[in-house]
Amino acid sequence: MIDVKPVRQIDLTFWQKTYYPEAVKGLAITFRHFFTNFFRHVGRTLGMKTKAPAVTIQYPEERRFVSPRWRGLHRLMLRPDGSPRCVACMMCETACPDRCIYITPGETSDGRIEKYPVAFEIDLLRCCFCGLCVEACPEDAIRMDTGILELGAYARTDLFLDREFLLSDKPELTTHEQYPGELEGAPVHRINLLKLAKGHGAH
Amino acid sequence: MLVAILIIVIKVAVVFAGIMTGAFLLTWAERKQSALMSDRIGANRASILGIRLWGIINSLADALKLIFKEDFLPPKSMRFLHAIAPVFAMLPVFLTFAVLPFGPPVMIAGEQVNLQILSLDVGLLFVLAFGSIAVYGVMLAGWASNNKYSLIGGMRASAQMISYEIILGLCLIGPVLVYGTLDPGKMVAEQNLLLWGWLPKWGIFVQPLAFLLFLPAAMAETKRAPFDLPEGESEIIGFATEYSGMRWGMFFLGEFAEIVVLAAVLATVFFGGYQIPFLYGGMENMGGPGFHFPGGAYVPVAEWLVVALRVIAFTLKVGILMFLQMQIRWTFPRFRYDQLMRVSWREMMPVALLNIGITGLVLMLLK
Repeated sequence: MIDVKPVRQIDLTFWQKTYYPEAVKGLAITFRHFFTNFFRHVGRTLGMKTKAPAVTIQYPEERRFVSPRWRGLHRLMLRPDGSPRCVACMMCETACPDRCIYITPGETSDGRIEKYPVAFEIDLLRCCFCGLCVEACPEDAIRMDTGILELGAYARTDLFLDREFLLSDKPELTTHEQYPGELEGAPVHRINLLKLAKGHGAH
Repeated sequence: MLVAILIIVIKVAVVFAGIMTGAFLLTWAERKQSALMSDRIGANRASILGIRLWGIINSLADALKLIFKEDFLPPKSMRFLHAIAPVFAMLPVFLTFAVLPFGPPVMIAGEQVNLQILSLDVGLLFVLAFGSIAVYGVMLAGWASNNKYSLIGGMRASAQMISYEIILGLCLIGPVLVYGTLDPGKMVAEQNLLLWGWLPKWGIFVQPLAFLLFLPAAMAETKRAPFDLPEGESEIIGFATEYSGMRWGMFFLGEFAEIVVLAAVLATVFFGGYQIPFLYGGMENMGGPGFHFPGGAYVPVAEWLVVALRVIAFTLKVGILMFLQMQIRWTFPRFRYDQLMRVSWREMMPVALLNIGITGLVLMLLK
């Protein structure tokens, strides 16, 4: 038996069929929004305290809360002594569905580990930010918790990340305060992610 | 002779500057108004020396971007036609304005000067004719691009424009019957009269049905939402697919100019043009220039002030109508193509014909 799905017929009244009354209603809504926001904007320009005219976040100056587990740009972790945590086990390279991680392992005389990455490269253009490399890593050497969203570049080569870039010393926790000078000259209203994350968890 | 030529040149310059300013401001208003009505902020980034002027600078940045953008010419396209199509889309729009009066006749050095570039007895036909010529721009753009989809898009656009052109023509017959003239100048002069001693004889009061049909038909003619099937830049492959840079810009500048002109036509035919209710100039012989209210009250106004007020009134009406068009454009969803055609031929056309019939009947009975 084939199921037949009855299509719901909407019976329109004569005035609805003429389109005009409904059109006027729609226009009334947009006009109301327009004038409310318009007077709020004018009020602000004149220095009055009005409600916020927009619901949007003015991105470069204001930023939304970014969850600490949000997957952004990768980074490689360091041991307390400053050497890379990575032992070049190739787990992340194997796990990567896009095959965008390229590790060149090298032997090391360090007694604790056998190998270390001579080169650790990520082709961000191929990366799909799935986070499988982070999951696969047994040493907690790779993380995607930098909170960096702005992954733009002027050349393709700029998005081919090398070991030095990935290892470059970044503080343990992700806040936007880590990246001063990213908007040279523009006033930046920074949001402390850690603080927000705590507030976020509270309710 | 020389003075007459000079006066015409000045009028042309004023009108051209007016339309260009209007079109320029519309590119800004479109972004800002749509932002405000959807609780956003809109263009506000571009600045000159830190002055942002609520985003007006963004229009300059847009123009600059269009000029310096790569101008891509599709290989095997018809170069000449490809180049000339945007001109066809833009030029007729400016010409349309020539017959629309933007102010009352004024006396300069003992000579009557109409604030209208061209006083044509067939002014409204001129408007319709040049409105139709814009179809050539669309069709040529689709044909010359050497792209099947652009060609189909151009066909689609021209079919739409011709369909609504008919409605436009039918809607204008009503006012023409009422005012008994095709000359927009005389039509506006006629709209200064009063019905039953108190209601201004504006087109919208004597021909409300024609107005309700004319507005959407004219918006379809300008290819704006909810009738924007020809463009739909990112969703529909339209006639302008193979255009980039300033050539593309010309199509859309033409479109914005069309909005200005359309607002002017609407104001002229349905909103009394430059007329302000109860305000009469010295030439109308009502016993001195000024406001003559129905009760017999009379507020004298200097003749020059009457002219100034009327030009301001016309500009204001055009501005409000442009605002209304923008609001309509950003409020309604797009029609489907078959709906678009059905609305034109099966719904608007009979009503427009009915309107002509009723108008004729009423006029005959009143006689």
